[in-house]
Amino acid sequence: MSTHNMHAHAHASGAGALHGAGADAHGHHDGHHDLEELRTFGFWIFLITDCILFGTLFATYIVLRGNMNGGPTPHELFEMPGVIAETFILLTSSFTGGLAVLAMNRGLRGGLIGWLIVTALLGLSFITLEVTEFVKMVHEGATISTSAFLSGFYTLVGTHGLHVSIGIVWMAALILQLARRGITSVTRRKVNVISLYWHFLDVVWIFVFTIVYLMGVM
Amino acid sequence: MWESIKEFASEFFVTGDPLIYGADVAIALTLVSIVFVLTYFKKWKWLWREWLTTVDHKRIGIMYIIASLLMLFRGGVDALLMRTQLVMPDNTFLTPEHYNQIFTTHGVIMILFMAMPLMFGLFNIAVPLQIGARDVAFPFLNALSFWLFFWGAMLFNVSFVIGGSPDAGWLAYPPLSEMSHSPGVGQDFYIWGIQISGIGSLMTGINFIVTILKMRAPGMTLMKMPMFTWSVLSSCVTIIFAFPILTVTLALLFIDRFFGAHFFTLDGGGNPMMYINLIWMWGHPEVYIVVLPAFGIFSEVVATFAKKRLFGYKSMVFALMSISVFSFFTWAHHFFTMGSGANVNAFFAVTTMAIAIPTGVKVFNWLFTMFRGKITFKTPMLWTIGFIPCFVVGGMTGVLLSVAPADFQFHNSYFLIAHFHQVLIGGVAFGYFAGLYYWWPKVFGFKLNEKIGKWAFWLWNIGFYICFMPQYVLGLMGMTRRVVTYGWDTGWWELNLTSTIGGFLMGIGFLFQVWQIMHSLKFMERDTTGDPWNGRTLEWSIPSPAPAYNFATVPVVDARDPWWAEKQQREAGRPAAPAAAYEPIHMPGNSGIPFIKSFCWFLAGFGLVFDWLWLAIPGLIGVGLCMLAHSFVYDNDYYIPADEVARAEAESRGAVG
Repeated sequence: MSTHNMHAHAHASGAGALHGAGADAHGHHDGHHDLEELRTFGFWIFLITDCILFGTLFATYIVLRGNMNGGPTPHELFEMPGVIAETFILLTSSFTGGLAVLAMNRGLRGGLIGWLIVTALLGLSFITLEVTEFVKMVHEGATISTSAFLSGFYTLVGTHGLHVSIGIVWMAALILQLARRGITSVTRRKVNVISLYWHFLDVVWIFVFTIVYLMGVM
Repeated sequence: MWESIKEFASEFFVTGDPLIYGADVAIALTLVSIVFVLTYFKKWKWLWREWLTTVDHKRIGIMYIIASLLMLFRGGVDALLMRTQLVMPDNTFLTPEHYNQIFTTHGVIMILFMAMPLMFGLFNIAVPLQIGARDVAFPFLNALSFWLFFWGAMLFNVSFVIGGSPDAGWLAYPPLSEMSHSPGVGQDFYIWGIQISGIGSLMTGINFIVTILKMRAPGMTLMKMPMFTWSVLSSCVTIIFAFPILTVTLALLFIDRFFGAHFFTLDGGGNPMMYINLIWMWGHPEVYIVVLPAFGIFSEVVATFAKKRLFGYKSMVFALMSISVFSFFTWAHHFFTMGSGANVNAFFAVTTMAIAIPTGVKVFNWLFTMFRGKITFKTPMLWTIGFIPCFVVGGMTGVLLSVAPADFQFHNSYFLIAHFHQVLIGGVAFGYFAGLYYWWPKVFGFKLNEKIGKWAFWLWNIGFYICFMPQYVLGLMGMTRRVVTYGWDTGWWELNLTSTIGGFLMGIGFLFQVWQIMHSLKFMERDTTGDPWNGRTLEWSIPSPAPAYNFATVPVVDARDPWWAEKQQREAGRPAAPAAAYEPIHMPGNSGIPFIKSFCWFLAGFGLVFDWLWLAIPGLIGVGLCMLAHSFVYDNDYYIPADEVARAEAESRGAVG
């Protein structure tokens, strides 16, 4: 497969050398092509590690969720309308993220940037709702140090929220790069990778929604 | 004002122990002399350009090795301090508090800041060369991994003189490591030192998986890979599944300590045993992570010095990969005494015994490789031969420990201490020494003195048995681990005295290794052939030290030991395939971001240790800015023109022959 990638570098730059310091656009592009494939593959492996990270947090939450320590129970605490709204917003953002990739594949820079902005804004409203939910719970006296259940809850859901927040900043940086450089092999890979990341967070949220919220209020 | 400064300083700096004042002076002198030498010889720019910003896997490997040898020194001094304290009953050389700190830092440093970086150093110097690649898949990430390790290790080590060392054991079991029992900053140094370097380890795991799976020379199918490369793959697969668990576990402990959460506390519904399960879900695979590459090194060394192809290649691959899977199903054998019931204990006892099977397969493979081989006893081979009986005995005492009912007797005794030192020194340390001696000429271009090396080998090997064999007996006599002293009436004195003598013999062995390096630097015996051991794999087909681009033309592989096969062909008089024409070589550019970003992590970690948010928050912002800055860097790469490659190759051709 990509075992020949170093060859490709050499060949690509071979063409470039005719023009001096390997600056030939075509040669450069080919050289990057395999590098971008490598990076995408690396990101898949990173996602495995992130899977394990969330798996460990879920396991800890499941072990500790029964230890309420006389504090509020999930049933008393969770307000489902807000959570369901968060869920729909995040699912929709995954859809718009998909539309962004489709626009990119058709070579439409405007559409790509537009859908990425929509995706980031949906992500932002998800985070806003989540922070509002947390603040309200803390005001009701349900803090991270109230009980083992709440320690597990804030850490698991908060880690997901932190991932989404990082994704938003990352997306903003990518939008700037797309505006400046357009769709190249490098930016194309970056869009593909962030879309993988975003869909992954969506899948994690489905588990959060089921295990934390639905099983909590059941 | 003056009073408050004085009060702060007495809290901030570790005071009251003459050993530590001595260390303060030594550290200050070392720092001043480093700054002086760099300034006097005008080497600051050189240091920054050639080393601190490098993304070359060979240089990163060298930095890993230097750092890990320094850590071996510190961990070794810790060990000898402990052995000195235990040399006779009722000894007061160390206070109990100091003793707790020393056994904690000894364990952490030896596993995480000595074995891991030495392993990564060997990955870096050997793997790309073995698979015919010009670098790792992600050179920037590789540099970042190194600097995260470096600054993580610095953060951990600074606790020695600032704030106070951790003292809750190398795995920091709660509730002892919780705020309720360890209110000082030592435990926070532990968390952030390991956390920062652990992120680096995780990224190295990803990096080498992609490198090995995607960057092999054309024709090198998976089943033609050198065995060390296979062992690195199995180790890295284990890393990516195990290290996220460590990240989470340490983060949860920190959240407990910093935000007052109740994951592992005794009150509030917390469950300390949850921590012990989690930390061993990482910790058990971790010992396989460090030992698997050692198995790979032995396989390379045995085949090279017996001049035979490795016996049982396929069974070796299967053994390595099955161990990396099995290693995730044995963790509870570290706490059979937890009370999880007979069925759970039986499951983990059986899996632990089962893991001895693939290990046994490997031992027989090495023995059969040597069988009827023409063995030359160079230092790498000596360490390999020293390893086999040592590891077999260590493995068998491990099987004894895996018998759950018997473990209730052995648990936390010196029997256990002797067992894991036997597999970690006899397996990991001997293995990495073999690797270091084996690849040293390839990395530095000169050989190490064999005679002093043999002295070092025998001192280590004899010292090892004198040190640890008595400890098995001490364990059976009832001596438990982590005791600061013992009475005359125990009858443990003679065996402890013997053990201490063995420990110091190993210490002298280490000094011999230092002498060996110094001596070889002075009377440099250049490796002009590029192939000093008559090797079998691709790294020996290029000059020593390898040029920046590694391979002038990408090799094409069609055999399992490609370099050996080519040498056989040349001997048979068959002409070598016509060399491909040189082409410009694409190279990654240097970057200062890994160093700066890791330093920001250090600042953030330091701030979080002391609850100084004014330092922690800017540190974390710095980390984020570095990530963004890197994201906006395009085209940080260059080409080495073909005629420059031709010139470099012509220069070394005379040497390579």
